[in-house]
Order: sequence, then C-alpha cells, then structure tokens
Amino acid sequence: MVENRTFGDRLAYLILTIGVLILAFPVYLTFVASTWDAATIINGQMPLYPGPFFAENYYRTLFIGTAGTTREPVINMMINSFVMAMAIALGKIFISVLSAYAVVYYRFPFRMAAFWLIFLTLMLPVEVRIFPTFKVVADIGFLDTYQGLAVPLIASATGTLLFRQFFMTIPDELLEASKIDGAGPFRFFKDTVLPLSMTTVAALFVIQFIYGWNQYLWPLLITTKDSMQTIVIGIKKMIVTADALTEWQLAMTTAVLAMLPPVAVVILMQRLFVKGLVDQEK
Amino acid sequence: MTKFRYSVATAALVLSTTGALAQTEIQWWHAMTGANNDVIVRLSEEFNASQKDYKVVPAYKGSYADTLNAGIAAFRANQAPHIMQVFEVGTATMMGAKGAVKPVQDLMREAGENFDPKSYLPAITGYYSTVKGEMLSFPFNSSSAVMWYNKDAFRKAGLNADVPPKTWPEVFDAARKLKAAGWDKCGFSTAWVTWLNIEQLGAWHNVPVGTKSNGFDGFDSVFQVNSPLFVKHLTNLVDLQKEGVFSYSGRTNTGEGRFTSGECPIFLTSSAFFGNVRANAKFDWANTVMPYYPDQPGAPQNSIIGGASLWVMGGKSAAEYKGVARFFTFLSDVDRQVKLHTESGYLPITKAAYAKVKDSGFYKERPFLETPLLQLNNKEPTENSRGVRFGNLVQIRDIWSEEIEAALNGQKTPKAALDAAAERGNAVLRQFERTVTR
Amino acid sequence: MNKTATFKGYLIPALLLAPQLAITLVFFYWPASQAVWQSFLVQDAFGTSTEFVWFENYKELFSKPDYYKALWNTLVFSTLVTSFSLSIALLLAVMADRQIRGYQVYTTLLIWPYAVAPAIAGVLWMFMFNPSLGIMAKGLRSVGYDWNPLLNGNQAMALVVMAAVWKQISYNFLFFLAGLQAIPKSVIEAATIDGARPMRRFWTIIFPLLSPTTFFLLVVNVVYVFFDTFGIIDTITGGGPSKATETLVYKVYSDGKGGADLGGSAAQSVILLFIVICLTAIQFRYIERKVTY
Repeated sequence: MVENRTFGDRLAYLILTIGVLILAFPVYLTFVASTWDAATIINGQMPLYPGPFFAENYYRTLFIGTAGTTREPVINMMINSFVMAMAIALGKIFISVLSAYAVVYYRFPFRMAAFWLIFLTLMLPVEVRIFPTFKVVADIGFLDTYQGLAVPLIASATGTLLFRQFFMTIPDELLEASKIDGAGPFRFFKDTVLPLSMTTVAALFVIQFIYGWNQYLWPLLITTKDSMQTIVIGIKKMIVTADALTEWQLAMTTAVLAMLPPVAVVILMQRLFVKGLVDQEK
Repeated sequence: MTKFRYSVATAALVLSTTGALAQTEIQWWHAMTGANNDVIVRLSEEFNASQKDYKVVPAYKGSYADTLNAGIAAFRANQAPHIMQVFEVGTATMMGAKGAVKPVQDLMREAGENFDPKSYLPAITGYYSTVKGEMLSFPFNSSSAVMWYNKDAFRKAGLNADVPPKTWPEVFDAARKLKAAGWDKCGFSTAWVTWLNIEQLGAWHNVPVGTKSNGFDGFDSVFQVNSPLFVKHLTNLVDLQKEGVFSYSGRTNTGEGRFTSGECPIFLTSSAFFGNVRANAKFDWANTVMPYYPDQPGAPQNSIIGGASLWVMGGKSAAEYKGVARFFTFLSDVDRQVKLHTESGYLPITKAAYAKVKDSGFYKERPFLETPLLQLNNKEPTENSRGVRFGNLVQIRDIWSEEIEAALNGQKTPKAALDAAAERGNAVLRQFERTVTR
Repeated sequence: MNKTATFKGYLIPALLLAPQLAITLVFFYWPASQAVWQSFLVQDAFGTSTEFVWFENYKELFSKPDYYKALWNTLVFSTLVTSFSLSIALLLAVMADRQIRGYQVYTTLLIWPYAVAPAIAGVLWMFMFNPSLGIMAKGLRSVGYDWNPLLNGNQAMALVVMAAVWKQISYNFLFFLAGLQAIPKSVIEAATIDGARPMRRFWTIIFPLLSPTTFFLLVVNVVYVFFDTFGIIDTITGGGPSKATETLVYKVYSDGKGGADLGGSAAQSVILLFIVICLTAIQFRYIERKVTY
C-alpha cells in the first residue's frame, strides 16, 4: 500500500512535470527568439538556448519600436492595451452591477424582456457582426479613440449574469432588515450589496482585464493611427510584411511583453482568477 | 461621468488644435514595412517641411489586403483616408466603384498642377490607366518578378554561376543538379504563387489569362487559366514537387526567407526582395529575368508589374485635393525618383528618372536593379501583357492558390485544378460585374 | 429565480438598466439588424451600388460546397480540440488532485496559458512550426517527415488544433480540479477500503461524479472553438491551405474582407446568430437548473 502510494506520487510528479514543460515550451522558445538577432532566426539557425541580444532587443522594442512596420515604441502600445483593458473591465463591472441590481431587486414591466435582450448577447462574439459594428462606431466618431476600443466590447452579458447569480444568493432577510431600518434602494446597494459583492467584483475584474488585453480583431479594424495601436495588433502587424522580411526578434520580444501583464495577473491573483472563472460559469 | 468629461475634454482639445494650425491634414494609409516604411515616413516629413499648407500623415495599416479592407470599411463609414496605397490586384475593385475614387488625371487637372502623363514609364502607368490612357492611380512602389539565384550553390553544383538558366527546362535541370549537390529539400521555389505562375507566366509568354485583353476591355471577361501553357507549367511543378526538386513556399512572400537562408538556391519572386537579400543573404547572389518555355511562339514577351499604387479617395474637399495633387507632383520629381529607386529597389516611375540612373552608370555595379526594367520593356506590350484587370482579384487569387495547392498535394490533376480555378474565378467575376454595371 | 423581497418603482430600474441597454442596442442589436438587412443585398465593395435580392445570398451559400466544407472543418476542429484538451486536462487534474507536495505550484504553472491571447498563441505555434524557420519544423523534417502545413491541409489543421488545445488545457484543468476537489473524500476512502484498484476506482466512481463538469466543459469548449479561435486561425493559417482550416466564423470574416461579398458574409452572420441563440438557450437552461438546486 505504502509502496503503491509512492509510485503513484512519482507518476503524478512525472506527468505534471511533463505537462508543465509542454505548456511552457512554446513560451520558452519565444523568449529565446527574443534574445537573438534577425539573421539567425530568419535563416532558421536559432539554437535552443538564449543569445546575447536580450538587452538590445528589449530596449529597441520597448522604447524605439520596429524599424519597419508599426514603428511605435511598444511601451506606447502597452499603455494603449492597458487603458483599453482597464476601460473594458471597469466599464463592464459598472454597467452590469447596475443592470443586475435592477433585474434582481425590482419588479417592473418588461423586466424579463430587458433581461433577455441583454442575455442574448452572451455569446455572440464581435467577429460575427464586425462589419456593421465598425460602421456604427465610425458614425459615432469613435474611430481611433479609447471609447471606440472599449465601449462596444462592454456590450456583453457575462457581467450582468454573474452579478445576477450573486445577488440571488444574498439572503432576502438582509433586504427586509434594511427596509425596516428605513433604507432605500441606494442605501441598500451602497451599504449591503456592494460590500458583499467586492470579491465578485475583483474576480470579474481579473477575468475582464485579461479579456480586454487580449482583444484582436476589433482593435485591428478600428484603430487607424499608429499611435492608437494595442500590443496584440502590433505583433500581427510586425509579422505580416510586404516586400520585407519580418523582424522576428522584435516580434518575439513583443510577444513576450504582450504575455507578461495578463500572465502576471493570473499568477499573482490566482485565487481571484479562479473564483472569477468558476463563478462566471456557474 | 468621468468618461463623459474625458470625451468632452478630448473633443475640445481636437477642436482647438485644428483651429490653431489651420493646416490641411492628408491621411495616407499604406502597407509598407521595413526599410520601405522608413521611405514613406521620410517622404512625408520632407513634404511637410517643404511647405506649410498641408500635412501628410502616414499610417501603416497592415498587409496590402488589410489596408484595402480597412479603406473599404472606412469609406463605407465616411471616414476614408485621402490617399490609400492599394496593391495592383485591387485595381479593378477600386475602378469599379464610381464616386469612391478620384482619378489621378482629373485630380491633377482640377488642381492645376503641371502634369504630363507621357513623362511616366508606360510599362508601369499602363497597368493603372484606362484603355484610353487616362491615369487612374499614381504608381508608387512598382516591381516585377525576377529569378533570384544563389551563385555559391551554383558553383558547388557544377553550374556556371555567371550564365544562369534562361528557359524553364534549363531551370528544372539546374534545380535537379542542385538537388544532387545537397539542396535536396528545395531546388527552386516561388513566392506569390499565382502572380508568378499565372499572371506573370501569361504575360511573359504572350498568353491571355482572361478574355477582353485580360479584363482591360470590359468587366465581362472570362478566365482562360486552364489553357495549355498554364496546364503544362502546373504539371511540371507538380511532378517536380513529387521529385523533391520544386518546393512550394506559400501564397505570399512569407517563404522568401528560404532563399536568404540558403535553403532554396533558385527563387522566383519580386524584384523588391532586393533589400532583404542584401541584408540577410550570407552568400554570393544575383538575379536574372524570368525563365520561359522556348517552344511557346513569341516568348519571352514582357513581364508585368507588381507592387502598389496610390489611389485618391472620393468625396473630399477641393482644398484637400489640392494638397494631394501637390504631394504627387512632389513625388514625381526626378531626383526624388532616382533616390527612391536606388535606395529601395522599387522601379522609377518617370522616363527622366530611369534615364538619369542609366546614364550615371549605376546599373553596371548593380545590374540586379535593372533586371525588372529590362524585363518590363523587353517588347512593346500586347493585349496579353499590359497587365490584368479583374474585379475582386484578391479573392480570385485565393481561389487560384487553393486550386494550385490542391494540385500540388495530389488531390486533383493539374488540368482539373485549373479548370476549377477558371470556373470558380468566373463566378467571382460575374458577381463583380453585376455590382459595377448598375 | 425571483426574489420575494423587492423595491417598487419604474424610474430607478429604468435608469439603472439604461447604460447597459443603450450599449447593447447601439453596439449589438443595431449592427445585428444591419447584418440582417445586408444579407438581402448585393453591393459593390464601396457600397456605391445596391441591389435588393431577397434570399439569393442564402441560396448561393447553400448551393456551394464551400459552406459545407467550413461546417465540416468546424466539426472536425471542435471534436479534436475538445477531446484532446479535455482528456489531457483531466489527466493533469487527477494527478494534481493527489495533493502531492508542491501541487499548488504545479497548478499555477498549469493555468497561466489561459492568459495568453489567442492571436499570440497562434504566433507562438506558427513560429515553432513555420516550414522555413521553425525549430519543430526543422526537427520533423530531419527525421524524414515531410512537414509542410502550407500545402498539407491535415498538417495545417493539426497545427491549429495544437495551438487551440494548448490554450484551452488550463481552463479545463481548473474546472476538473475544482470538480475533483468537490468530491467528498469519504466516497473515495470507502472505495479504497473496498479494495478497488486506482484505475477502476477512477472509472467507476470518480468519473461519473465528474460528469456534470464534463458536460459543462463540453459546451464551453465547443463555444470556444467556434468563436475564440479566430485569432489562432488568422495568425497561423489564414484559413488555408485550400480552405482546410476555414471555420464558419473565419469564413464570415474572410468572405466580407475587402468588401468582396458583404451580402454572403452577412447571410452567414445571420445563420451564426441563429446558432448562437440556440446555444445560449441550451446554456441558459443549464444555468437555471444549477441555480435552482
């Protein structure tokens, strides 16, 4: 029995280690590529260990940008990505807390209609309605603005659903009690609901931040100025080149930089992240 | 609330800046990367410094297809840029929409700029002009397809590195010898599979790709890409792929690294590949004109251009058009064209610039920059070698690539693949015709 | 699903709902209705000429093999990604659930790929397997395997599947681990005392208890493959070669690109809208069931 247990544990270590290594390998290679020069990579002679160009590549990528394609220092793209991700995360939390509160704590005509209007947007990704949505955003004059990057992506039902689930679990007695205290809907929201929801808010924030940071097709279409580019788009534009070879070392450096913030968020806020994911799907 | 305040603040800021400078901004969307992107930025800066009324603002929009896509989406939303760089295959799409673009000839005339269409190289502007010779768009970066080869590899394989193969059978033999000498993965390859093996092949052999002078005489043209020459060529490629002599490198230029890395010693692609070869190839290299089939009467004819031109979008104000016209005059300047050509490897667009470079003896040292020009001017263009003008050619190229890929991986015979390429291509043409004729 | 205690009034809930409804209407329903309208039109790229054609775009769509091919690709893609990512994640979760020393470190190291953008995941895998510069491609060819995803549709599909699985394992792993940890230890101990071997114990007791999680993940993974893999496909293959990796969602984008066939693209959007509404309804039933008990 004891023998068996040790063997099982060893097997577990082995399998988990292999799993970790396989998951990490592509990222490791990307990192290696970010430490070599262009010719080594383009000519397919990149070794499996890091090279001597780490400082140069990261400095150039962050503060100067590629020689050819986007030309923007990647640090600016990271700022754009950060602003967009924050706006999406906070915007989503803001509008969905309000709407969930209305749907759960009020009885009014067309309540279910409103709920379904929101709910149907749950899974329809922006890719499917991309061309008409672009036109709407252009008509409003949101091209090349942070509003244009963020607001259309806030229109999704995930947050509302999550808060609705959560509000349903708040015991009715709390409302009764605060009604007896003479609290109106605003005080009840501020003093009871919001404090109880803080973990949910934080968890949703983590998930939505990652979602916002990783946006691809939408920013690709609606940013026309180089200065409004996000980092994920920056990479795509660095790789697709006409009559010029890709500066792979810089593209790969950018890829590493693009992965860092969301991965850091997952690792540092693992507990909230897990809660956010699991709750969202409950 | 804060968001609202923020947008009000931005709006105020935008208003105040435009009010203060009173400079007309000219948006220029392009798809240039690498050193060519530097060229665009420098040109804009020089132009902006040369006068005070207009400010050209370049923006890189991704690949050619992405740029066209973004431009179309923006036009539909009334947000089009003033100048849009469109690759040669987008020409018919741009022409087809009346009101969406402003023909360059009209633009220059209305703006009162000094403009003589005859001063431009006809082999280049012909691609972007109506049959009557009216220039529709302004050629910017033009290139043609040439054959690049690795001289070191030739020597190792016992081939004469100074006398490259001239005909396709000679190329096949050379590639076989290279394979035997150690290049067993790839004797030769091509980038831009349809541009090289359909569009250029047709022009170079004076064989039509489609009826109605390759679409120049009307949108009701019908594809002939399943005619014997194309079938013969694809059959050769398929057989050689099986033999391991030819190796497919994808639809665009992403496989070009296979030449600079030394993997493929013979590589057919754009003459504009020059900058990368110079920067990355660690061996002795050269280029030469494209090979031809000697049993084809009249071959070689002349090659056609590739690259892109600048289209002026419709619906802008007269003041803005004046700025664009001024910019085009600026671009046409002889010395500026000479500099562009000798630095970027793209072709000069005016006769004066070509003559000036030739007279300077520049090509003696760098013959590879003249190869595409010799090829383009090899013979007086015929109706089969002026260029191609098919609507939605972007999609058609994808269809053709798919069929060629199907033949190369053995799913279809070359004949069946090209029959399908013609038939499916025609369906796209008919759809395009339907949208432009009304 | 209704609270018994509520507030009264119309104005306040209307104001509370206003931001979300406004954004949803402007950026979702209005564009969606535009898509429906567009699907009845034939237009040139720039929208300068328009013809109303009723259902011709739909007829056209269903009369061509392309659409069925994209449907087939989507099915193949979903099946492969779902089965691989679920089984690998389950294996890893079972191992991590043994509570061996340092399992939390392993968990952390296994969940981070979730945070990588699909487009970037695509870039990473494309970089490894690019025929001209990829290390893995070189390795494959040096052992004599003819690796050329530019030409070989199955290889291209394999590559896209690998990238998609790589990104999805984390998610599935988390849910399986949570599911496993929710199983009362007493159940497992009882089985152990009965002398059931580990493998048998897993298949007869643990796996059935995990089935709600598995079913849920199945739905989520299918949705993931349908929509979230756009960035992966776009960066790795662009739908090629010969449309071998073109899925339904990718086709919407590529047909509308360059304004070539906006009507056809819109018609596909409408069909997808319909599919999504059905999927949402299924998921909704599932959610409601879970909430009520």
